[in-house]
Amino acid sequence: MLPYIQIGPATVQLPGLVVLVGLWLALELTARFAERVRVSGDLAVNAVLWGLGVGVVAARLGYALRYLDAFLQAPGSLFSLNPQTLDPTLGAIGGLLAAWEYARRKKLPLRALLDALSPGVLLFAFFLAIAQLLGGSAYGMPTKLPWGIELWGARRHPTQIYAAVLTLAALGWILRAGRAARGDGTLFLQTVGLLAAIRLFVEGFRGDSVVIAGGVRVAQLVALVVLLVVWWLYPRWSGGNGGSR
Amino acid sequence: MRQKRAYWLWLAAILLLGGGWIWLTRAPQSVRSGPPPAPKEGFSAPDFTLQTLDGKSVSLGDFRGKVVLVNFWATTCHPCRAEMPTMERVYEQERDKGFVVLAVTAEPSAEAVRAFVQNYGITFTVLLDKNAKVSREYRVYGTPTSFFVDRRGVIRWVVFGGPMSEALIRSKVETLLKEKP
Repeated sequence: MLPYIQIGPATVQLPGLVVLVGLWLALELTARFAERVRVSGDLAVNAVLWGLGVGVVAARLGYALRYLDAFLQAPGSLFSLNPQTLDPTLGAIGGLLAAWEYARRKKLPLRALLDALSPGVLLFAFFLAIAQLLGGSAYGMPTKLPWGIELWGARRHPTQIYAAVLTLAALGWILRAGRAARGDGTLFLQTVGLLAAIRLFVEGFRGDSVVIAGGVRVAQLVALVVLLVVWWLYPRWSGGNGGSR
Repeated sequence: MRQKRAYWLWLAAILLLGGGWIWLTRAPQSVRSGPPPAPKEGFSAPDFTLQTLDGKSVSLGDFRGKVVLVNFWATTCHPCRAEMPTMERVYEQERDKGFVVLAVTAEPSAEAVRAFVQNYGITFTVLLDKNAKVSREYRVYGTPTSFFVDRRGVIRWVVFGGPMSEALIRSKVETLLKEKP
């Protein structure tokens, strides 16, 4: 775990730095991969950048609306660099809407665009897991297994490493499957399905899960629902013989 | 026909394997019970006892039931200097509602700290971590680092670096003050 390093007067947050590097590499991969599904790499990257830009603004405005009194007393805080004053849900909604609107204006086929983004999404998820390892978040339950890591006062399952390795394997699978991608959105569905399956598996070892009655982990239930949605959509998007046919 | 069969087999696999794994990996009681002490969000804030500039001993545990901002700082750190007046403003306004600031410094010179406190007009509690034991226990590798501790003594947010904006401090403190002890 190495959450940050001090360089002179500046405190560099390593997890944040790793996330930024991951984002940059994911965009590079997207630009290269997009052509395979007949989408302009530049336009695909621009859609992501629009989404990110609008997403950050929406996240800050959403947070400011939630804590209106605090921001009215210190309006300059609206422009501060603190990432702790962002509303992730509103940011995600705003970002997705902006990317979708950009794609619509540029007449980008939505499912092909989603396919184009798939390897980049997985590469970013890999770097996110590394950032979590550096920051000590998304930590595992205590274990006596020899590959456990010392974290927060106990020897724990290295859940961040489990997630990173599995995500890397999923990326390999998607890059291979991407050779025959048709731009019908099924590559994206495979990506979402793989990410949900990884979360379902790794969450079982996590020590910070939100749980409901009986100790059932909420994230696993959500992942299972996502898998069911992928199962329902896949034959419909691929034009195969689904259950409703 | 074969494709249709595979489709339903996939559903069975998702439900059986997914559902089975969820049931098998239910969180044990140790995960559901109170968190052990560690300098991390979701864990109990490790207790410490330090001395003020006047030589009075103060423990974090003394403030159970209150909202505490534990801020690690240094007189030579620019972001620390920038956020001190902000913390002071929020402290002045919220102290009567149960908000406490413990500003911990591993500065070797108590005199330099005293001069700084007078210069900035600080009224919240400043604690001297002479051998940096508490800073090490809280894994403070750089200043400022801030821990927002709720009324139950659990760390809710950690802010690495700074300066923290006034809205950041207000919004976090406001949220924690609204919670029941």
